[in-house]
Amino acid sequence: MSAHLSYGRVNLNILREAARKDLREFLDKCAGSKAIVWDEYLTGPFGLIAQYSLLKEHEVEKMFTLKGGRLPTADVKNIIFFVRPKLELMDIIAENVISADKMHSPRDFHILFVPRRSMLCEQRLKEQGVLGSFINIDEYILDLIPYDSDLLSMESEGAFRECYLESDQTSLYHTAKGLMTLQALYGTIPQIFGKGECARHVANMMLRMKREFAGSQTQILPVFDSLLLLDRNIDLLTPLATQLTYEGLIDEVYGITNGYVKLPPEKFAAQKKQGEAGKDLPTEPKKMQLNSAEELYAEIRDKNFNGVGAALSKKAKIISAAFEERHNAKTVGEIKQFVSQLPHMQAARSSLANHTSIAELIKDITTSEAFFDNLTVEQEFMTGVDTDKVNAYIEDCIAQRDPLIKILRLVSMQSVCNNGLKQKVFDYYRREILQTYGYEHMLTLNNLEKTGLLKPQTSTRNNYPTIRKTLKLWMEDANEQNPNDISYVYSGYAPLSIRLAQVLARPGWRSIEEVLKMLPGPHFEERQQLPAGLHKKRQQGENRTTLVFFLGGVTYAEIAALRFLSQMEDGGTEYIIATTKLINGTSWIKSLMDRPEAQTL
Amino acid sequence: MAFITANWNPLGDAFYRKIELYDMGWSLRDGLKDCMVAAAPYGGPIALLRQSQRPSPSARPQLEIYSSSGVSMASFPWKSGPVRQLGWTVCDDLLAIQEDGTVLIYDLFGTFKRHFSMGNEVVQNQVLEAKVFHSPYGTGVAIVTGASRFTLAMNIDDLKLRRLPEVPGLQGAPSCWAVLTQDRQTKVLLANGADLYILDNTSCTPVTPPGLSPQACSIINMAVSFSYKYLALFTDSGHLWMGSTNLKDKLSEVETKVRSAPKQMVWSRRPKSQQPSVVLMWDRLLLVAGVCKETIQYTLDEECVCVAELDGVRIVGASRHEMLQEVPSACEDIFKIASMAPGALLLEAHKEYEAASFGKCFLSNFPPEPFVSMCRDLRVLNSVRDYSVGIPLTHTQYKQMTVQVLIDRLVYRKLYPLAIEICRYLKTPEYQGVSRVLKHWACCKVQQKEEPDESIARAVSVKLGEAAGISYSEIAARAYECGRTELAIKLLEFEPRSGEQVPLLLKMKRSQLGLSKAIESGDTDLVYTVVTYLKNEMNRGDFFMTLRNQPVALSLYRQFCKHQEQETLKDLFNQDDDHHELGNFYVRASYKESKLEARLSLLQSAVDEYNKAKNEFAAKATEEEMKLLRFQRRLDEEKGEALLGLSLHDTLHALLSANYHKQAEQLYRDFRVPDKRYWWLKLTALAEKEDWDELEKFAKSKKSPIGYLPFVEVCVKRHNKYEAKKYVSKVTPEQKVKAHLAIGDLEGAAEAAIERRSEGEISTVLARCSPTTDRALLERLNRARSTAAKK
Repeated sequence: MSAHLSYGRVNLNILREAARKDLREFLDKCAGSKAIVWDEYLTGPFGLIAQYSLLKEHEVEKMFTLKGGRLPTADVKNIIFFVRPKLELMDIIAENVISADKMHSPRDFHILFVPRRSMLCEQRLKEQGVLGSFINIDEYILDLIPYDSDLLSMESEGAFRECYLESDQTSLYHTAKGLMTLQALYGTIPQIFGKGECARHVANMMLRMKREFAGSQTQILPVFDSLLLLDRNIDLLTPLATQLTYEGLIDEVYGITNGYVKLPPEKFAAQKKQGEAGKDLPTEPKKMQLNSAEELYAEIRDKNFNGVGAALSKKAKIISAAFEERHNAKTVGEIKQFVSQLPHMQAARSSLANHTSIAELIKDITTSEAFFDNLTVEQEFMTGVDTDKVNAYIEDCIAQRDPLIKILRLVSMQSVCNNGLKQKVFDYYRREILQTYGYEHMLTLNNLEKTGLLKPQTSTRNNYPTIRKTLKLWMEDANEQNPNDISYVYSGYAPLSIRLAQVLARPGWRSIEEVLKMLPGPHFEERQQLPAGLHKKRQQGENRTTLVFFLGGVTYAEIAALRFLSQMEDGGTEYIIATTKLINGTSWIKSLMDRPEAQTL
Repeated sequence: MAFITANWNPLGDAFYRKIELYDMGWSLRDGLKDCMVAAAPYGGPIALLRQSQRPSPSARPQLEIYSSSGVSMASFPWKSGPVRQLGWTVCDDLLAIQEDGTVLIYDLFGTFKRHFSMGNEVVQNQVLEAKVFHSPYGTGVAIVTGASRFTLAMNIDDLKLRRLPEVPGLQGAPSCWAVLTQDRQTKVLLANGADLYILDNTSCTPVTPPGLSPQACSIINMAVSFSYKYLALFTDSGHLWMGSTNLKDKLSEVETKVRSAPKQMVWSRRPKSQQPSVVLMWDRLLLVAGVCKETIQYTLDEECVCVAELDGVRIVGASRHEMLQEVPSACEDIFKIASMAPGALLLEAHKEYEAASFGKCFLSNFPPEPFVSMCRDLRVLNSVRDYSVGIPLTHTQYKQMTVQVLIDRLVYRKLYPLAIEICRYLKTPEYQGVSRVLKHWACCKVQQKEEPDESIARAVSVKLGEAAGISYSEIAARAYECGRTELAIKLLEFEPRSGEQVPLLLKMKRSQLGLSKAIESGDTDLVYTVVTYLKNEMNRGDFFMTLRNQPVALSLYRQFCKHQEQETLKDLFNQDDDHHELGNFYVRASYKESKLEARLSLLQSAVDEYNKAKNEFAAKATEEEMKLLRFQRRLDEEKGEALLGLSLHDTLHALLSANYHKQAEQLYRDFRVPDKRYWWLKLTALAEKEDWDELEKFAKSKKSPIGYLPFVEVCVKRHNKYEAKKYVSKVTPEQKVKAHLAIGDLEGAAEAAIERRSEGEISTVLARCSPTTDRALLERLNRARSTAAKK
């Protein structure tokens, strides 16, 4: 289940095991049978830490979703609320507890706050008169969740909105805490680099916390050589672009949530039993887990989609050749060996079938005219073509009332590539959007303006071309099949964020001071003192390990680009990726939208 | 060295020795006579309550506290009520149990700390006898009252009084009693004449020790071993019974031939004891009675007190302090006459060559750690046994009590330098060792009333510096308890954990400072907490002003209000003259209204605010919205269409679908909808209704601003190729190929592409060709493509 976490450069399973241990300890604190009442948002992230079987082993017999009114009946000794520290949730819990108290049921109540206790929430429970009803009030520190062998996520959806729109830095505090936990397990990270306001804030908190914990830290040889903290708002462009890697496209088209994707079932129907095919078409979406535990997926996930077909057919040949081997197996020994490999081969075959189906589904979309037109406009913007005029394609899309998020993605992209739109263009787009999709979207437009995604031009100077040229953000001859540069992940566009990481590793940021100054927020370098004797002696040719933390989210294509850099033969650096949340343009824009719930008139 | 065995006495197959620990440093004129004495185990302090020399009612007894070596630590006249019993807690605090049941607690230096009562009932009946005992739960107190009832307090730091059940037939105090802890339960064992009872929470059970000599009429003394495992009973027939406390096994019975009650009786055992014994003390006689039934007798030349230890008995007299114990087997091996044990040989070698660790080199495969750590332990023990410190610990006791506790004890005695030296010497991690000592020192320092705040703060910061894991807030809290708020604030400045500073700052009513500290910590929950506190503490104006100076707190509070207190949010924006946000606020509020008039009036407020904010765009858009709402209402009333709440685009679409072309035209003009979009709208609406005639009319009405490809496409979308064809000819040359392909006219597309000589377009057409396509056409296309490519 979690073995794949141990295979990477850094064994992230240690983190997962630590999290599981804490969970078990808490559950054992509440002796006897239990029911868990879940804050629905948490079930996904928890799934990455522990399956139901673990809970069951610790006498969890029932699970409910947190909602108002009375608790469902359950013949258990303990009721445990697993919740985020949100005031709204406290009110619901209070309602639950009060109605249960009326029933005089002899049950013990407990609260487990994830990821941290909150005095504010406890105060609220006190005001509601139920604080005393809880036997245990505890916190479950779940900041960074191991997502894959080189990937950690806080699964905090609202992080970007909170940080850049609402000036609420709670998630940054959790980030800093999470990084401290990470350092407790993997050693102090000697170098911290960063770019952006939030990065600075996190680094400051980390240094402060290190002082606070002084003396109590464990003596571990550092696993990470450096940490790079990047604000999402230094690179607003990348998430807006349509990702063109296999995994990126799955996310763009179907959306990957907590490592799972739900796919239309039709394509997968025939696989079950050929005899019964077509008889009863499944209506439930097919749910698949996507991570590096699946060999084939690990191989193709980061490829440009145009290279996936070739990879799949090559794999198909290998697998069928392997099956053909059975004809060559003559002796009993050979047959035995063949049979022993069967389960692995069958798994490979079904994995191949699944991904062939997914690739077909996606191909239907990528070959459509609409997809092509959209991509063409994106690439025009990224290369700086006509970014200062109203774009006819966008106009047409609005006129045909295409999904609003698509429009907002495109318009924002134009704005970012033009360092803000001319007032006239800006007003025109806004007016079109309000008239077409409704005036209530004024609030959303406001939010986009505040975060800098869609804004009027304030200075006449457009920095984007300079940035593009200096950082080589556009590569004319991107090789999609056998990439030699990270720009393959967007078929030409090299993500700015990843270029920053790349330049940092070699030749260093000093070479791009000018560009760094054009991007928002400070850039900095901090060193953390290591206790004597823990200085790593690097072997000749040994790679450095860098943790890149994206504050406000990262896309799968960016991850693919970093993995590409890790695998480069003369790269010299391997990357572990951490983020507040895995995002794509759609989920990102969605998180910034404000939809007042309108009463019907 | 030769005399080491001189004070050894054989007892059974073991030896007992009595060694002098200290020549006592005190000078007691009358010795320990007429003194109430309490000496703490593990070489702890000794307290004396001396009756006044002159028997006058105004004369007060004197309370004195000494170290084990007799160095005075405190002395003061006792001004409270008559004391029944003195005792020491595990934290080296002195307990004085008074006749009226009040228990007073003093520290080592005689400073009063607090008091508590053993219950109201006691005030009337008085305490007859009391005992202080130790258990895993802490230090406890047991008393028996004039009403012959027992009351227990298990842990004086978490006071819960337990009154035990009545003992049948008991009048006054029992002849003897003891407290014992068994199976996590604390019980009282008591003798009333010849009857023995066990008293627990719920019952009083008579018990019989197995094999107790029948000659006895009364049990007159009893002793429970240090570990609570063994019991000794002394009867008026002079018999000493030894057995287990669960009264299931008898170890031995010794006839002492002394019939008077001993003044004190204690067990002398050691871990892995060969020959446990009970030490009995009478006025002039000390008797060691072993399980083997042999005895050793010592004559006492002064009044003494016995103190039970884990591995022996200490005997404290006015002039001497001695230790009586079974000789440990290791010592026996080394020093026994003619011993050939390795240790003994090593000692001989040492005598020859004067090298302490000589011989170690002859041991192969022997890890050096035990030797090194033993040497370290011995150095520590020697330093605390020093006369000036006066903690005569044995190695066994030291190991049992742990370094941590020893450090605590040194700290209680304010022996900070020694404590720090030991921590450093033993390489104790800073935050467990040196930092802890320094914290205690600082807590003590802040209580020095004569020193000014400034110099104390400086002294503390200089000494503690960057020592790891120092909790300055704890020190500050102590300063605040002593009424030194200013000092506390100064000390808090040194606290690296901002989170820790906040609660104390709030307690000291320095909430503004608390807010800054909370923000510094980055912990938003803490910020929220302080903000909530401020909100309740300050008037609204001041509260808002405070927030205004703290943007981080302000934005957090805004978030809070957004979800919890909408009206406050408005006030906040008002205060900041943030008209733009106020406008947004009204817009958001308007959607909550289900009545049109109310919604319109809120939108009007929004317009006013946007105007004040000079946000022309927003003001105009909102005005437009109001205009649209009014238009929709009118039309809904007139025509019964459900338009209210739709977007302008959707309204137009609905109107066009319902054939209200005139109204649609009006909206189109009033709202200055761009031509392009209007054409798209009308086109889609007409195609959806499949009103092909109207569509054709529309196409001809004037030149289409969106070209004619969309016409083709909408028709195809509705599967009407016939209508679609009508528009193909009108499509611009650039879109011709697309148009032909849309209606599935491959030849037409081919013609158009070839005509335009566009390689890309020809390829597009080729891609649509199938095996059934006309060969000639294919060839023409291929030829045209290669010519186009050459260009």
